[in-house]
Amino acid sequence: MKAALHIMVKELEDYFVSPIAYIVIAVFLLVSGWLFFSTFFLFNQASLRNYFDLLPVSLAFVIPAMTMRLLAEERSRGSWELLLTLPVTARAVTAGKFLAATFFAAAMITPVLFYALCISLIGDLDWAVVFTSYAGSILLAASYCAIGLLASSLTRNQIIAFILAMVLCFLIAVLDKMLFFMPRPLVEPLSYLAADTHFQNIAKGVIDSRDLVYFGSLVWAALYAADLILETSE
Amino acid sequence: MINIKGLTKYYGDLCAVDRIELDIAEGEIVGLLGPNGAGKTTTLRMLTGFITPSRGDVVVNGLSIRSSALDVKRLMGYLPESAPLYPAMLAYDFLCFIAKMRGIEASSRPRVIAQMASLCGLEEVMHLPVGHLSKGLKQRVGLAQAMLADPEILVLDEPTSGLDPNQIVEIRRIIKRIGASKTVILSTHILSEAEAACDRIVIIDKGRIIADGSTEQLRNETKAMAPTVRLEIEGALWENARRLLEDLDVVEKAELLEVSFPGPMKIEVTCTSGPDPRPAIYAAVKQTDWILLELRRPSQSLEAIFRHLTAEAIR
Repeated sequence: MKAALHIMVKELEDYFVSPIAYIVIAVFLLVSGWLFFSTFFLFNQASLRNYFDLLPVSLAFVIPAMTMRLLAEERSRGSWELLLTLPVTARAVTAGKFLAATFFAAAMITPVLFYALCISLIGDLDWAVVFTSYAGSILLAASYCAIGLLASSLTRNQIIAFILAMVLCFLIAVLDKMLFFMPRPLVEPLSYLAADTHFQNIAKGVIDSRDLVYFGSLVWAALYAADLILETSE
Repeated sequence: MINIKGLTKYYGDLCAVDRIELDIAEGEIVGLLGPNGAGKTTTLRMLTGFITPSRGDVVVNGLSIRSSALDVKRLMGYLPESAPLYPAMLAYDFLCFIAKMRGIEASSRPRVIAQMASLCGLEEVMHLPVGHLSKGLKQRVGLAQAMLADPEILVLDEPTSGLDPNQIVEIRRIIKRIGASKTVILSTHILSEAEAACDRIVIIDKGRIIADGSTEQLRNETKAMAPTVRLEIEGALWENARRLLEDLDVVEKAELLEVSFPGPMKIEVTCTSGPDPRPAIYAAVKQTDWILLELRRPSQSLEAIFRHLTAEAIR
C-alpha cells in the first residue's frame, strides 16, 4: 500500500513538473468552457447540465493522452525492470499510477466548481446536482483512467496506447446513442455497458447503486486485466 | 547464500537459460561471463525476480523467489543493463524515490543518500536531471540506487557497457570497494573486467554453464590447452605462409587472423604441447625473404579459455 502511494506521488510530480500537464488542463478548460458557454445564455437556465453532457466525449480524448505513457513509457525505456526489482508488486505499481492519473483528472475537472460559482451569482443554481455531477465526473474519469492504463499495458508504443484507449473510451461514451442500430435483445445489456447512461443518471442528482457498481466494476476489471497482462508479459 | 536450482527459461520454443545450477557463498564476487545472447541477462532477471523462471528456483537465505519474491527483492540491489533511469527526475529526487520504495525511514534518507553520493562521486550532480548526465554518471546513479538500502547482494548487469576507458576504471573501483563487504554478481562479456573484478567466474554459453571456477582455476585450464603463437609477417602470400608453418613438426594448424594487402598479415598458429615452438617458427621464417614483424605467445589469459569454450558460438 505504501509503495502504491510512493508511486502515486512520483507520478503526480511527473505530471505537474512537466509543462505538458498545464497545457492539457488549459486546453481542456478552454475547449470545454467555450463549448459550454457558447450556448449557455441561449437556454436561459442556471444549470451546468450542458457542460456535463459534453464531458463523456471530451474526456474520452483528453484522458487517453494523459494515461498513454504511464506503462508504455516505463516498458519502452526499460525503467520497468528497475521498478519491478524493487520490493514492489506490479499490482501496487498499477494502483499507484491509476490513483495519480485519477487525481490529475480530478484536478482538471475541479475548475467546473468555479463555473458553478459564477453561474450561482446570476441565477438559482441547484448545488446538490452540481456536486453529484462533479462526483459522477470523477467516477467517469477514473473509469477512463483505468481503461487508459489497460491500453498502456498492452503496448510499448505510446501512440498505439493513446489510440486504443481513445477508441475504447469513445465507444463506451457513445454506446447508448448507437443502441437503435442494435437487435432488440442486445439493447438492454448494451445500455448497461454504456458509460454515458450511468453518468447521466448521477448527473441528474440520482445516486443509484447500479451506477456506482458499474463504475467500480469497470475500474476493477480494467486494472485487473492490466495487472494480468503485466504479470504474464515478462 | 544463493542457491540456483535447475533454472530454466523458455521464450516460446527458444530455450534462453537451460538448467543452470549455481551456489554462491556470502561475500563472493561472481562474474557471469559469456558472449552476447548467452543468457546472462535472462539469468539475472530471474535471480532478481523480474521474470518468472519456466522451471527451477532461486533460493536466497532460504527464501524462494517463487514464493517470497518481495523478501528476496529486499535482500538485493540491482542495476539493469544500461541503467534505465527516469531522465526527468533530479538525481537527488530519483535516489529519494528509491529510498522510499526500499522502505528507508524519512529521517535517515538524507544521510543515506549523501553517503551514496559520496561513495559514487555524485555530490556535484545531485541537483541535475538524470537525463542531463553523461553515460558514466548515469551508471554511477544506477549503482548508487542499487546500493542505497545497503543490500546483502548486489546484482549488476553489464555495469561498464558503453563507457569510455576512464569511466570503466571508475566504475570498477566502486565495484571493488563495495565488493569488499557484499556478495556481488556481475555479468559481462568483457574478459578483462571479469578478471579484474571477480573472485570467481562462471562462463555461460547458449544458456548453459560451461565453466565455473576461480580465476586461478580457469587459468590452470588454459595451460592444459594447446599453446598458440601469434605472428605478423610482411611480404608473404597466405598459402605459402600456411604451407611453411604447417610443415613444421611443432605446428598443428595455422589460421589467418587479419590481412591488409599489401601490408602485413596476422597469423595464429596452434602448436603441439611441448617445448616453446617459437625458435622453430623463427628459423623457418628466417629461410624466406619475408619480414617478421611480430612473434609472440598470447598471455595465458581467460581469453584463451573463453575462446576455446565458446568457439562454436563465436564462429
